[in-house]
Amino acid sequence: MKQDIRGKGTITLDHGGGGRAYRELIHTYFLPRFANPYLEKMDDSAVVEIPQGRVAMTTDCYVVDPIFFPGGNIGSLAVCGTVNDLSVQGAQPLFFSTGFILEEGFSLNDLENVLIAMEEACREAGITIVTGDTKVVPKGKADKIFINTTGIGVIQPGVDISGNNAKAGDKIILSGTMGDHGMAILSQREGLAFDTTLKSDVAPLNHLVRQCLTMSREIHVMRDPTRGGVAAALNEIALQSNVGIRINEAAIPVKEEVRAACEVLGLDPLYVANEGKLLMFVSPGDAPRVLEEMRKDRYGKGAQIIGEVIPDHRGRVIMATAMGGTRIIDMPLGEQLPRIC
Amino acid sequence: MCLGIPMQIQEINENVATAAVSGTSRKIYLDILDEDAKVGDYVIVHAGFAIHKIDEEEAKETLRLFEDAGMFDHPQEGDESP
Amino acid sequence: MKYVDEYRNREIAERLIKRIWETCHRRVTLMEVCGTHTVAIHRNGIPGLLPEQITLISGPGCPVCVTAISDIDCSIALSEKEGVIIATFGDLLRVPGSETSLLKQRSLGADIRIVYSAYDAFSLAQQHPDRQVVFLGVGFETTAPTVAAVIRRAREAGLNNFSVLSMHKVLPPALLALVTSPQVKIDGFICPGHVSTIIGTGLYQKVAEEFHIPCVVTGFEPVDVLQAIALLVEQIERGEARVAIQYRRAVSPEGNLKARSMMEEVFEPCDSNWRGFGVLPQSGLKLKADYAQCDAERIYDIPPLKSQEPPGCICGDILRGIKRPPDCSLFKKLCTPDNPVGACMVSSEGTCAAYYQFSGVNIA
Repeated sequence: MKQDIRGKGTITLDHGGGGRAYRELIHTYFLPRFANPYLEKMDDSAVVEIPQGRVAMTTDCYVVDPIFFPGGNIGSLAVCGTVNDLSVQGAQPLFFSTGFILEEGFSLNDLENVLIAMEEACREAGITIVTGDTKVVPKGKADKIFINTTGIGVIQPGVDISGNNAKAGDKIILSGTMGDHGMAILSQREGLAFDTTLKSDVAPLNHLVRQCLTMSREIHVMRDPTRGGVAAALNEIALQSNVGIRINEAAIPVKEEVRAACEVLGLDPLYVANEGKLLMFVSPGDAPRVLEEMRKDRYGKGAQIIGEVIPDHRGRVIMATAMGGTRIIDMPLGEQLPRIC
Repeated sequence: MCLGIPMQIQEINENVATAAVSGTSRKIYLDILDEDAKVGDYVIVHAGFAIHKIDEEEAKETLRLFEDAGMFDHPQEGDESP
Repeated sequence: MKYVDEYRNREIAERLIKRIWETCHRRVTLMEVCGTHTVAIHRNGIPGLLPEQITLISGPGCPVCVTAISDIDCSIALSEKEGVIIATFGDLLRVPGSETSLLKQRSLGADIRIVYSAYDAFSLAQQHPDRQVVFLGVGFETTAPTVAAVIRRAREAGLNNFSVLSMHKVLPPALLALVTSPQVKIDGFICPGHVSTIIGTGLYQKVAEEFHIPCVVTGFEPVDVLQAIALLVEQIERGEARVAIQYRRAVSPEGNLKARSMMEEVFEPCDSNWRGFGVLPQSGLKLKADYAQCDAERIYDIPPLKSQEPPGCICGDILRGIKRPPDCSLFKKLCTPDNPVGACMVSSEGTCAAYYQFSGVNIA
């Protein structure tokens, strides 16, 4: 996973000074990773040309702890998270900016590994980082590394995806197993140490989305269920669209390992974060072929229809339990806490 | 008031064991277990401690009882009845 | 998951539900004593599967719910002491004290860490010899022996920076207070599973024989709960009052003697304040004098705290099963999961939190 590339060395305040040390840092670590004509110009602003159409723009900050986890690191998250936010808007991601806040004392080796992961993610998603910035703060003023990425993408004519577009009868597709990322992260947290074979599912989903969009003009809503899990995402959509949502517990794909890890800590997989999954609300007529198309993509193999939009229980999410009962799935308050009771 | 999950013991070192359930494993403590445990046994784990060794026969018995319409005629544990 | 999945079998559940419908011919009120059962019941949507003559009420077996406000205030006061690391189960973090909660304290800089086991707290103390680790001991007889075991280890290891604030409670006085209370009318008890693993079934024998209320010691999977309800209804219809162990894979009549003796070696009974119940004699556990060096209550100087139950909060009546959440004037208005007043709302297994999830929705 982590490679030790250049031996020891850490970020110092000089690296943030804008002078020689700074330039050396940029030229040694950042530029080689994201080499492209925009960055190499090293102008204060990148100038890009974008195809005709509506421009979608999104920004996200990444502060995950631990920064390295099974399946990825903060760098892969920083690229994939923003790629996915654009994708679920129906946009083809194109150009990114990225800002780094580095803590004095942060390992250069760790920085390199983060940047390698970003490079790989950019390549896979097909996006270009055209501008960036780096600041260094004194020790203790940041937790190792914080990353912001902002991305823009273009939406094709006729594509209209929004959280308030859900319609009664829409089928809800989940692209794969839920809870993988959150539990992989937790397994690395000190004090809750448990071992697991689980890896984060962090992945760029723009290709999957593009293929699905070619299959149907009746994809109404897309959302990536990150913090708060599938439960939070569905609740947001139910509120935005003022509809009810009913999901089927037995239909939701969950890895056995995730189920078990959740049982051990007293957590509910519905509330656990995902970083390589999405929810898609599709008209009932188009849902089967969208599902089939999704399953052709490597990140959609486990896709299932997990529920549908209903006209009653507006603003709420209810679940038919595996036992045949009904349960309300509420919006989570905040971070789910492990319990012993 | 107690979450407890059945886990299987993978290795034992005095009062500390590694136990696993479906790919998740962790360190558990055997201090309050009232029976000897060996690798392969299933125990119920609460707050990091094994509290009971699961008896395969008792577990099966519960399931067997579900199958009979006459399940309520079976004598039950805790009764004075034989 | 072995010994779990088999008890989540839909087909068996349906047969049990059918059996319950066929057997139940009268109004029946059952109490699940244990908070974990409340979660299991609501998580599986069990109330909606039962005939409407069966009412399920949640009892006082939620350690988080019954932790007195003064105990939370005390924990918070300890977190403010120089050099102290508070180690706690996640369950306690959001419980409101008089003014604030441990979670909010943490945001102000208090060193409060979530642990999964009392042993983790012990390890913290070993790793940080320059700090004082205080473990918040909450839970009933399932958890208390685990804390006792760790306290013994701490003493063996000669650790002088580890202590426990014992807020542990024991079940028998609460259960007996319920059955002797004239206001409470319970036809059958769904008895705790894991507490019974430790204490056995003797307590329930007393309830069944002296008070003629059937008791079924129950597991936590949906099939376990449904089987228990079926067994209780059957007994009630026949006018019987016996103790049955549904959770036979985890419970024996005599319980876990080793766990109990360890608990008795380290702890002794004391009067204890149950949120909403008031003080129940001999219902709590405190560390024996022999273990004074691990007793946070003896070690730390905590000024007397003015802790008050918030006005209007009827958690006590809710915990006794006398009132239901909609009867509370604060429910859903001032007291919500985001801003809980009483602990019945804070804990995910509290009656009010569970009820809140279902309120306003007509489940067909």
